[in-house]
Formats: sequence, C-alpha cells, structure tokens
Amino acid sequence: MLNQLNKKLISSLIMNNAKVLDIGCGNGELLYHLEKTKSINGQGIEISPKGVKESVSKGLSVIQGDADIDLVNFPDNTFDVVILSHTLQATHKPKEVLIEMLRIGKKCIISIPNFGYWKYRMQMLFFGIMPITRTLSEPWYSTQNIHLCTIKDFINMCESLNISINEAFRNTTYSIKKVNKPNSYMNNLLSIEGIFVLSNDIN
Amino acid sequence: MLIIYFNIETKIKRKKINNIKDKIQKIFGPIKLSLEGGQTLKGTTIAYSTWGALNTEKSNAILICHALTGDQFVTGKNPITNRNGWWESIVGPNKIFDTNKYFIICSNVLGGCMGTTGPSSINEQENVQYGMKFPIFTIKDMVNLQLALIDSLEIDQLFSVVGGSMGGMQALEWASSYPERVYSSIPIATSYRHSAQNIAFHEVGRQAIMNDPNWQQGNYYNKEVKPRHGLSVARMIAHITYLSEGAFQEKFGRDMQSKVLSWGFDADFQVESYLRHQGISFVDRFDANSYLYITRAMDYFDLSHSYDGDLSAAFKNTKCKILIVSFTSDWLFPSSESLAIVKALNKTAADVSFIEVESDKGHDSFLLEVKDFYEILSGFISGAARKKGI
Repeated sequence: MLNQLNKKLISSLIMNNAKVLDIGCGNGELLYHLEKTKSINGQGIEISPKGVKESVSKGLSVIQGDADIDLVNFPDNTFDVVILSHTLQATHKPKEVLIEMLRIGKKCIISIPNFGYWKYRMQMLFFGIMPITRTLSEPWYSTQNIHLCTIKDFINMCESLNISINEAFRNTTYSIKKVNKPNSYMNNLLSIEGIFVLSNDIN
Repeated sequence: MLIIYFNIETKIKRKKINNIKDKIQKIFGPIKLSLEGGQTLKGTTIAYSTWGALNTEKSNAILICHALTGDQFVTGKNPITNRNGWWESIVGPNKIFDTNKYFIICSNVLGGCMGTTGPSSINEQENVQYGMKFPIFTIKDMVNLQLALIDSLEIDQLFSVVGGSMGGMQALEWASSYPERVYSSIPIATSYRHSAQNIAFHEVGRQAIMNDPNWQQGNYYNKEVKPRHGLSVARMIAHITYLSEGAFQEKFGRDMQSKVLSWGFDADFQVESYLRHQGISFVDRFDANSYLYITRAMDYFDLSHSYDGDLSAAFKNTKCKILIVSFTSDWLFPSSESLAIVKALNKTAADVSFIEVESDKGHDSFLLEVKDFYEILSGFISGAARKKGI
C-alpha cells in the first residue's frame, strides 16, 4: 500500500525521458517502474551487494556505492532528477548528502520516515519504547536508520541551509496529498513520511 | 635413455605446434598493423573463432577478449589441449552468452601463440621466427588488431565487448578508444593500469624465463631444448597470484602427497605437486617469448597515461553501457582498482554498473562458477539486449 502510493507519486513528479539518479535504490523496483512507465534514463546507487545484484539483474544501471562517499564523483547538474527515498536517515552526514544531491540534480525528490508521526509518538509516550512499525521495522540495536528526524526537523535544516521546498506531500498511509503548509503541526503529526521536492535553481 | 625420451617428447611437441595452424578455425589477414611503439608490423594475421550467426542488422555481435594465457577457444573442445573451452559454462546454446541469439567472436591476442602473429611467427624478411626481434606492443595494439577484424566482418557496432583480467583491459580500451563501436562493455576483475605489485610479479616471471639457459636470447624455436623450466616457474608464480590465501587453504591445507615425509625437496605437499603440474602443463601450450611480450603489454597498460593521469578524460566520449565486476578475494586486481574506474566514469556521467561479488576464489573467480557473478552477467546482458532491441 505504502510503496504503491509512493511509487505513483514519485512517478507523477518525473517527466518522460528524464535522466534520473536513485540513491539507495534497493532492489531497483522504483527505477524499473520508472524505466517502464516514463522511459527514464536511470542510474542507481545501492550499498548492499544483494540490492545491486537484483537491480543489475533487472537490466538497470546500478553501482555498488555509498551516498556518503560517492556523490562527490558526479559533475554538477548531471541528472534531471535525484531521488532519495527513505535513505537520508541512514546516511552518516545527511546535511552533506542533501547539499551534494542538489549540486548534481536539477530537481530532488526526498522522502523520509517522519518520527513526528502520531503512532510513533504514542509508542514513545505510552510504551516508552523506540517505535517499531512497517516502515521502521528494525529494533534500535540493528537499525541502519541512524539519523531519524521529524518533518519539522527536516524543514528546519533546509531553512538553515537556505534550501527552499518547492512542493511537499503528506502520506497518511491511505492517501498522499499535496500540503501547502508542510511545517504545520498537523502535517508533522499526521504524515507517516515527509515527501519533498527541492530544486537547485533557487539557491 | 632420459635424453632420448626428451628428444622424442620435443619432436612430438613440435609436430603438435605445426598442427595448430590447421586446427585454428579462422584467420584474418595479413594486414599491416601500426603499433603504438612506432613500428609497423607487416603481414599480421589474427586467428579467431566464432559461434552463432550474425543477424541481418549485424547488431548481435559480442567480442570476448581472453586473458594473458587464454586463447580463442572459449567454448567447445579446445583442439590443442583437448579440454573444454575456458568459458564453456557461460558461452553456448541457452547459456548467458547464448550462441542461439548472439554472434560470439573470440580472437587470439596480438603476440599470442595460437595462430595470431607473435614472436613465434615467421619474420618473412629473415625467414626465421621473430623471437626477440618482435616489436613491443600494447593492449591498444591488440585492440587495434581486433578492430581490423571487426571491420572485416562489417560490424559497425559490437553489442558487447567482455573480458576478465587482461581481457578486461581490452574491454576498457574499446570503451575508451572506440566508444562508438561498442554498445556495452564488461570489464571484469581488471584495472585501468597495471599496479606496481603486478608489474613486480610479471618481472619475476620474465626473469625466470630469461635466466633459463635454454631460453637462448629467445632463439629456441629451432633448437632441441626450450626454456621449459623458466616458463614453468613463471606460471607457478603467476598461478599463486590467481588464487587467494583462503582458496589455497581450502583446496590443499597442509595435505600431503603420501603419509611419510620425504625429508628432502620432493613435492611432499599437495600444493607443491599442484603448482608443479600447473607449470609443466602450461609449457606444452604456451610460448615463452609470447609470455614475455604479453606480460609487457599488460605492464605498459595505463589508460590515464595519455591524459596526464586524468582517467575520466579517457572516458569523455564513452556513452556505452558498462558493467564493472570485481571479486572480494581478488588481490591481484582488487576492488579498489575497479572503484577508481567507476569514479572516473561517474565524473563523465557514463552509464555504469558496478558490483563487488563475494567470492573466496581469488582473481580466478571470473573463470569459475560463481553464482552471483553469473546472475549479474546474465541480467546485464539480457537487459542491454532488451534496450537495444535484440
């Protein structure tokens, strides 16, 4: 459900034949979908050998690499769109990764799990445990998500870096809708993830 | 008695080598080949084998480039060794490189000893084998000769060029020097330049050959004796570098040939016996001078050299799809070498895939059945074929 919604939204944000980089592309599902539906010229980066293997086996161009290290190799504005779907929180230097993304991509689509989502807050408040859900499925000791944040935290970081958010979307798990005030209290509470479109021409 | 035995053995070998030419399926040439070193090699011929059929669009050709001691007999029975081809497991009908679908070409490299012009060929000006008078050549010269062959087959663009180790160097050279002539390139377990350690190993091998008194400054072709010991030692050294510490340990451990020690220098350990066998069986199928020249070509290889060390400049026109594969236990061409190529390709925003495959079998992994490696190759090839509409 979540994945399908996400896929549909990201797909709607990408123009046909675009040159797209998917950072942390996993098994290449999204790139594969975009190649089929949008005829994109796709490239992926994935840290796990299993993900790379599955992606390349689908005929995708994917390198085994690390978002923290390997983005610096790409020249400015290489890609029409750079996608970072549920990966920023797993990087060592999220701020630097974001800056690099905006350097190499004309448009960036970022989604992050929102730690401010009401169910997560409930788990913390009533059970006193780190939230475990479908999107954040690993316990604290084995999770790769080392830099979790809320929608509000993310927007604050963007503001501090003078990065404007072009568009933002709310995912309530049942639907994804565009929001006009992404930094509102309600958005931070009701959205299981934050989805943002940033572009580098407004810096 | 022993001397007679060796004489007979040598004669049989010579007869065998004379027969090689008859057994080689196809020859292109002679042509005049201009070499990077400035010399021109007249009367150059290239021996090659093909499988499958070229389609009417001539869009389904795959060039397989062999490694240092490989040959054009990729699949099927090798007519010289009577053993299966070196990539038998992935080249053939319904295999990864499907001969029902693709037109597969593999040629013996320049300087080789399986039918392509090399030091053991007759220098027509002097009517005797070249020996050390053969000019020094490079990986690019090998590729230029392949290019002449591809031109003669009227193939404008190869669907893919693929190779491991020195074959990978050729695949990279194609992608760099003739980018418009290849749709995809698959350099495996290779590097854009030979490292100091690799040059060092090659130098030991060459010294072993050249210090064998039977080498005779390379003029051994019409003599009774050949530098068998030198070439055999060179092969033994090289063979160690093709495996890994783990592979040796797993394969042999400290297993003995017999239960009692010889208290001498016989091959007590199975690993010794194995290496000796590798060395001895190699000299029957390979020419010592070819070994000298081809290792030199690998040592001279440095794609970044013509671009002041800027490797990405070597790929500035490279638009083909590239798949780079390295293996975790390969210490001869470690993953760091492949990563340097990936970085350079990213700088040019090339269409590149890279994976470091988990394998404990060392450099030789590319010749062995490593499941993940095969799956990746297969996926890449079928994906590229889909995109090209083959």
